Amino acid sequence: MSDTKNKETFGKTVIFVFIICLVCAALVSISAVGLKPLQQANKLLDKQTKILEASGLLEKAGSDIVGTYGKFVTAKMIDLKTGSIIDGNTDMFDERSDSRDANKSTKPENDMAGLSRRADRAVIYLVKNDAGQLDTIVLPIVGSGLWDLMYGFVGLAPDLNTVRSVVYSDLKETPGLGAEVLNPKWKALWPGKKMYNEQGEPVIKLVKGGAKKGDVHGVDALSGATLTSNGVTKTLQFWLGDEGYGPFVKVNREQIRNGGLN
Amino acid sequence: MSSDNKKVLFGPVIDNNPIALQVLGVCSALAVTSSMANALVMTIAVMFVTAFSNLFISLIRNQIPSSVRIIVQMAIIASLVIVVDQVLKAFSYQLSKELSVFIGLIITNCIVMGRAEAFAMKEKPGISFLDGIGNGLGYGFVLMVVAFFRELFGFGEIFGIEVFKLVQNDGWYQGNGLLVLPFSSFFIIGFTIWAIRQWKPEQVEED
Repeated sequence: MSDTKNKETFGKTVIFVFIICLVCAALVSISAVGLKPLQQANKLLDKQTKILEASGLLEKAGSDIVGTYGKFVTAKMIDLKTGSIIDGNTDMFDERSDSRDANKSTKPENDMAGLSRRADRAVIYLVKNDAGQLDTIVLPIVGSGLWDLMYGFVGLAPDLNTVRSVVYSDLKETPGLGAEVLNPKWKALWPGKKMYNEQGEPVIKLVKGGAKKGDVHGVDALSGATLTSNGVTKTLQFWLGDEGYGPFVKVNREQIRNGGLN
Repeated sequence: MSSDNKKVLFGPVIDNNPIALQVLGVCSALAVTSSMANALVMTIAVMFVTAFSNLFISLIRNQIPSSVRIIVQMAIIASLVIVVDQVLKAFSYQLSKELSVFIGLIITNCIVMGRAEAFAMKEKPGISFLDGIGNGLGYGFVLMVVAFFRELFGFGEIFGIEVFKLVQNDGWYQGNGLLVLPFSSFFIIGFTIWAIRQWKPEQVEED
């Protein structure tokens, strides 16, 4: 050790550090760039799996997620304000990154879901059945839970009112409490519920202590997770309301019921 | 395998455990132990980083200028951690979604830095590599013990397989709400340290 110390000069130290940085940078860049295609494929697969789950096709898909997705699911970009379908690259769309861009997002007047800004566009998924008819419309949702934003999908029947599923894909809620939104038993409470009342207002909500039998607008809240449950209620009411998919639902309800939306 | 190598490799499991005796790396032991699968992946990640950072640092130990040695160690450790994170994202997306933050925090895990500074800077590459693996094993041992109790009594599962049927799934077992929260690991780590020191009284510190 003693002679290495004697040899230590400013120039040598700088060169040594430079070489180390170069080697480390090369290692990091090679792994990041080299593995990128695999990572993106994984991310896409994860999203497609959740969309298939929301449309009830996951079991049928088995291990062939990509094939089933390609066969039955069509992504469409919509303008949330007018509710009409517009052109756009649905693969590259990212709600959260759009919501950070002041030109591509709006501040909601009633920010129930705790988003602070909401992207002006959204990508929705139209899912066909075997006969080629529109079977489920999958709408992405995002809103605050207890700890952080929760991301998920809502599957609706062609009347855009009857629920097929509520599937969360990404959340940081407390395991065993709020994270019970992922419990299959709780998810099984959703099919058949109605999002809107007769006046067309989104009245779906989680009911603390359990929903009454026959209540089509109420689902049992998660026990021990009041704040997560409130978050789910507000997220759904926000996204199905006028500042979310409300305009889309109004514009397209007739058309979809006749199977006309492609 | 010589007895020296054996001591370096398996010593850290009980006799010189990085968490139980040296009380390093406790922070990540709290966060990732809610399930055994997570704890296992974290263990492998830490073992990989400790082993290879020890190896590389030991290889260049005579060239590292002592005035910048900590920074050089950090650069190597950080690069390895990023590689682990990238690999996990590419091959096990589901786990990386749950663990990504904590994988990044391996950089600040005192075990990695501690072994680099205390062992790899002085010893030859081969034995340093073994020391890294050994300390990974010791870290993993405590992690798996903690995760076993937390997953079994918090969720009624082991490695995601149902053992006790939970009340919310129409079973009989009411999951322990304390054990699903990270800080409950403090209690289990405390009991583990107590158990080890009952067995090996020489680890008890003098007042």
